[in-house]
Amino acid sequence: MSFVLVQVIVGGLLLGAVYALFSSGLTLVWGMMNIVNFAHGDFVMLGMYVAYVVYTLMGGGPILGAPLATLVLATVGVVVYFALIRDIMKGPMLAQILGTFGLALLLRYSVFWWFGANFLSMPPNIVGGTYAFAGLRIEASRLLAGVVALLVTLGLHLLLTRTSLGSKMLAVAEDQTAAQLMGIRPDTMQAIAWAIAAGATGLAGALIANFFYIVPTVGETLGIVAFVTVSLGGFGSVPGALVAGLLIGVIESLSGYLIGAIYKDIVVYVLFLLFLWFRPQGLMGKA
Amino acid sequence: MKLKHVTALLCAAAMSIALGTNARADDKVVKIGVILPMSGGTASIGAHAKAALEVATDIINNAHPELGNLPLAKNAGLAGLGGAKIEVVIADNQGNPATGQNQALRLITEDKVAAVFGAYQSGITLTSSAIAEKYGIPYLNSESVAANLTERGFKWFFRTTPIATDFAKAYVDFLADMKAAGAKTDAIALVHDNTEYGTSVANTIAGAFKEKGQPVALDVAYPVNATDLQGQVLQLKDKKPDVIIMISYTSDAILFAKTMQSLDYKPAILLADDAGYSDPSFIKAVGKISQGVFNRSSWSVGPSGSPSAIIADMYKKKSGEEMDDTVGRQMQGFFVLADAIDRAGSTDPAKIQVALKATDLKPEQLMMGYKGVKFDDKGQNVLASGLIIQLQDGENYTAVWPKANAVKAPVLPYKGW
Repeated sequence: MSFVLVQVIVGGLLLGAVYALFSSGLTLVWGMMNIVNFAHGDFVMLGMYVAYVVYTLMGGGPILGAPLATLVLATVGVVVYFALIRDIMKGPMLAQILGTFGLALLLRYSVFWWFGANFLSMPPNIVGGTYAFAGLRIEASRLLAGVVALLVTLGLHLLLTRTSLGSKMLAVAEDQTAAQLMGIRPDTMQAIAWAIAAGATGLAGALIANFFYIVPTVGETLGIVAFVTVSLGGFGSVPGALVAGLLIGVIESLSGYLIGAIYKDIVVYVLFLLFLWFRPQGLMGKA
Repeated sequence: MKLKHVTALLCAAAMSIALGTNARADDKVVKIGVILPMSGGTASIGAHAKAALEVATDIINNAHPELGNLPLAKNAGLAGLGGAKIEVVIADNQGNPATGQNQALRLITEDKVAAVFGAYQSGITLTSSAIAEKYGIPYLNSESVAANLTERGFKWFFRTTPIATDFAKAYVDFLADMKAAGAKTDAIALVHDNTEYGTSVANTIAGAFKEKGQPVALDVAYPVNATDLQGQVLQLKDKKPDVIIMISYTSDAILFAKTMQSLDYKPAILLADDAGYSDPSFIKAVGKISQGVFNRSSWSVGPSGSPSAIIADMYKKKSGEEMDDTVGRQMQGFFVLADAIDRAGSTDPAKIQVALKATDLKPEQLMMGYKGVKFDDKGQNVLASGLIIQLQDGENYTAVWPKANAVKAPVLPYKGW
């Protein structure tokens, strides 16, 4: 019994790390630009399809799939920024919501049209199989995703706090006009932020594709978790998203196992709402 | 918009003129009205069904001695009506119950069809059959599974397909046979999502086992389109049921297969209730790690040279698709209707109704794996049943139960990967 509980918690931590990984891109855009990107889940979906195409058509496997998905999605991020985001940022909040939502549908149905509605899957355990460790079973693909989640979180955090590029990006986030007076180009900074955010999201998609099914609507399934993770962690806080992701993963796993899967979302959302009641800015967000 | 309506009207007019002259030119034609989704979200179903009915019409109207005991195959046309040919008049229900109802009215009053066949979606079968009932025209349904369709006290409605209660009965019998063969089947776990399909089918199955004095030991419900199923698989791993019955759509079926592999969990018997496990993309995605999963179907292609294999071939040539359970049930229903008209020896609706009520087809006269066709007072085929199929090689399902329809023997325990 207790042994199964350990497995449940380990599974929850790995799941949580994945939640954190695909939420980091969302929190970056949110924190930098105050833009809620409703197409975020579909960016994850695109990353999964890039990894799948690389695997099936180019025989690249996961080694090539992940970096290529990062690059492709970073490019998509820049294009989306200049074609859509830059303009709708000037409009009211509603325009941002509808604009990114429209983008989500465009991406989803383009993939529908090209790949069809069928479920796809990478070959099982394409990354290294499953480790049995003192009776615990840890899937290599999930472990890889978990480790990368930690590295990406650390990297983004260092980038924002320790580099001049990060400082410039934060300056733009703080006060565009003041930043411009200092010789920083808001356009460039925000385009870079979009490239990084979308790239991280694409990387997340490519890694998740190793243990999840791939379907055009998968962004819907994963998108909601990303929003909850980011609000719990605190808008714009990259380490916050990591802690929140891990928390949600463990709570989900434990309640799913102990109380029943039907109730696990209720447990997660009740705790989530209670928490926001007392701390609306999230775990690590600024008040 | 207007132009579209005018065009539609013109087309309808042209069609009825064409059909009208046709009927006059050749008196030995029996018209059957067919209501199907030819447009809308389920248009692919309609396209498949149309091809299947073309094959069925070919079998009835031309001599096909190679099909053995299948009624109406041997000679050309309906012997009971002096060799009359069957003619199918297809009407599009557009996936809309109101349209289906209008089409039923048109087929009955304008085209003067001898009987109506359709309408795929349970909701449209519901509305269109009400028109047939009002006009006293026989209505045969071959594929809608909503239980209430045969609970309306209709006198002109007949349904050949098995419904959820039949599948539940099949599972009970199948597991009893597996137990007799030495498998352990005492503790049964139901795993299902929280949709109408998942909960209602789970209830029906739980009821059927309870009736047999073997209540379900574990009920694992999960939210549909789950992001993670580790908790559920660990729950199963912990409780160790002998048999797991899976009632899941494709997304969750795939995730279950992947999670079971990563947590190294295999039940002795894994039995799936159609849905996700019948989706060709399930087999492509995780068939190789789901070897030995049992599933239900009423269709089995059978050994080569058998009537069902020949029909599957004809269908593939016509449509380019592999024969599946749905089109199989449709063809079977159509044969039952044609057989009744043949025995009635007339296109008089009342005589066809009497003949349908007297239907008593044996398994060897069918292309589907039913135990026969015989209608109760409500019009439901009481001998409708399913086959159990098994994904032995991870690529193709093979019929394994009941023995009479089995191509291979069931392989136990569940192999997985």
